[in-house]
Amino acid sequence: MGNLRKNWPIITLICGILIGMIVPLASGMSTPGFYVEVLLGGLMSGVLYSLVALGFVLIFKASGVFNFAQGAMVLFAALAMARLAEWIPQLTGIDSRLVSNMLAFLIAMALMVGFAWLVERLVLRHLVNQEGVVLLMATLGITYFIDGVGQTVWGSDIYEINLGLPKTPTLIAEGLFQGGILINKEDLVAAVAAGLLVLALAVFFQKTATGRALRAVADDHQAAQSIGIPLNTIWVIVWAVAGIVALVAGMIWGSKLGVQFSLSLIALKALPVVILGGLTSVPGAILGGLIIGVGEKFAEVFLGPILVKAFDLAGGGIENWFAYVLALAFLLVRPEGLFGEKHIDRV
Amino acid sequence: MTNRERRIGDVVLKVDNISLAFGGVKALTDISFDVREHEVRAIIGPNGAGKSSMLNVVNGVYTPQIGRITFRGADGELLTFDHMNPRRAAEMGIARTFQSLALFKGMSVLDNIMTGRNLRMKSNILLQAVRFGPALAEELEHRAFVENIIDFLEIQAYRKTPVGRLPYGLQKRVDLGRALAMQPRLLLLDEPMAGMNVEEKEDMCRFILDVNDEFGTTIVLIEHDMGVVMDISDRVVVLDYGRKIGDGTPDEVRSNEAVIAAYLGVAH
Repeated sequence: MGNLRKNWPIITLICGILIGMIVPLASGMSTPGFYVEVLLGGLMSGVLYSLVALGFVLIFKASGVFNFAQGAMVLFAALAMARLAEWIPQLTGIDSRLVSNMLAFLIAMALMVGFAWLVERLVLRHLVNQEGVVLLMATLGITYFIDGVGQTVWGSDIYEINLGLPKTPTLIAEGLFQGGILINKEDLVAAVAAGLLVLALAVFFQKTATGRALRAVADDHQAAQSIGIPLNTIWVIVWAVAGIVALVAGMIWGSKLGVQFSLSLIALKALPVVILGGLTSVPGAILGGLIIGVGEKFAEVFLGPILVKAFDLAGGGIENWFAYVLALAFLLVRPEGLFGEKHIDRV
Repeated sequence: MTNRERRIGDVVLKVDNISLAFGGVKALTDISFDVREHEVRAIIGPNGAGKSSMLNVVNGVYTPQIGRITFRGADGELLTFDHMNPRRAAEMGIARTFQSLALFKGMSVLDNIMTGRNLRMKSNILLQAVRFGPALAEELEHRAFVENIIDFLEIQAYRKTPVGRLPYGLQKRVDLGRALAMQPRLLLLDEPMAGMNVEEKEDMCRFILDVNDEFGTTIVLIEHDMGVVMDISDRVVVLDYGRKIGDGTPDEVRSNEAVIAAYLGVAH
């Protein structure tokens, strides 16, 4: 009972989200088929938000650095992937798209690992024990640096990543819903790939000694050092893992929408996700991404028309601000996010 | 007691003329003492005497301006350093616990203690992930070792509990367990009994003596509670305002006038 009284703001908020999700279906505003389509569409973009947010959380947990460069890393990795996949057949005469994509992926992965090593060597190592804001500024510098260098090396046009996935929409579950549900096979593959990546990360963190060392460093630097865990190596590992996550996110996103500068800005969409899920929680990043993805789609499709009718507005654009308003609401009632650690300061 | 005295061996750790200052504040001035194998060596002194600083110098957290540290390596060779660093200290077999607990609060008791085995895990990370072959055997071997420690410290019931949820006294035990998991040759305990009630203190004393008896681990411990220390240590160093004012067996220290003055104050 005491719990209920203490947690009422967050419970109200979650109930609000749930009601917002049920009403369109219950009120007959949409057919079940369309409802599921919107839901799936939201989940798809949510998966991508989750991947970017995951990169944030990994680095924040292990080094206390709020890595503003995560979005720029996504762009850089995607550019590398797109251009390498284009250059490899030209340079080596490899014919198969699968082989050249695989090669491009491996080289891009190696580049991200090298990038992680450089960041540790040139930046983090020299800023140990500095204030959080100093580290944030450093990552802001890294952001603009790799944004620029990425374009210098790879070019600044819009490139495509062609993974050879079918882009044609298909109808499924026609027997279940009237008219069936329209989905994209490519989206399905992307969601499965993202799921596998998250699963692999979970195994890595929970079941290996290195993963245990990573969790230990995330928890307490000093203690980790005293039992002989090398901080520098751990930082290289988390930045490399974040880089690989960025590569996968960039690849999926890039194959859907093309690789262009605006990819770098999806980092800004990941901010509300980590606020919602909690900066230190991996499950929080995943769930947060899905909630934001679904939430903004629902707001756009179902809430939009209601607002337009009620206030005689021009409509549209809800997708752009909804995530931030939701994040703001969470900041007010639960600043540590859904799963983040609550800070209790001893006085 | 005679039994224990008999097995005390050669010097394993020696600090010579250590001086440490933070800016203008002198934390330690010209401190020298040695630690012999298998002994329980205490460093005592009033608050602010420089006890923790001394431990941090041995462990490599602080770098002294003057002085040398000599440590006997696993192969019996004496190695001398101007300063240690925490990683090298850990690799050479020095483990420590912390005065203000530095446990991994979000991780379970088991995982916390397992991190102590990290330096000894050698198998390939991919094999670890799929728990295959040698990696599985290795994991099981380390797990068995850790289970022994958990039994020894009587914390079986809390194996899977996140450490942050345990009461203070138990957290102190987990801290000790993690240090023991490293199979250290030298164990540094920073105020292992601070903030405990009488019963918890007695438990902790028993564990410290058992570790020393059963595993033969050399122990250096810091305490400001004189009574406890005198009962369990073989030799005691007394610090006051960063200087060494006494060194010897508990009885010698107890009758040392400078020590009495430091603890009780002296009439001027």
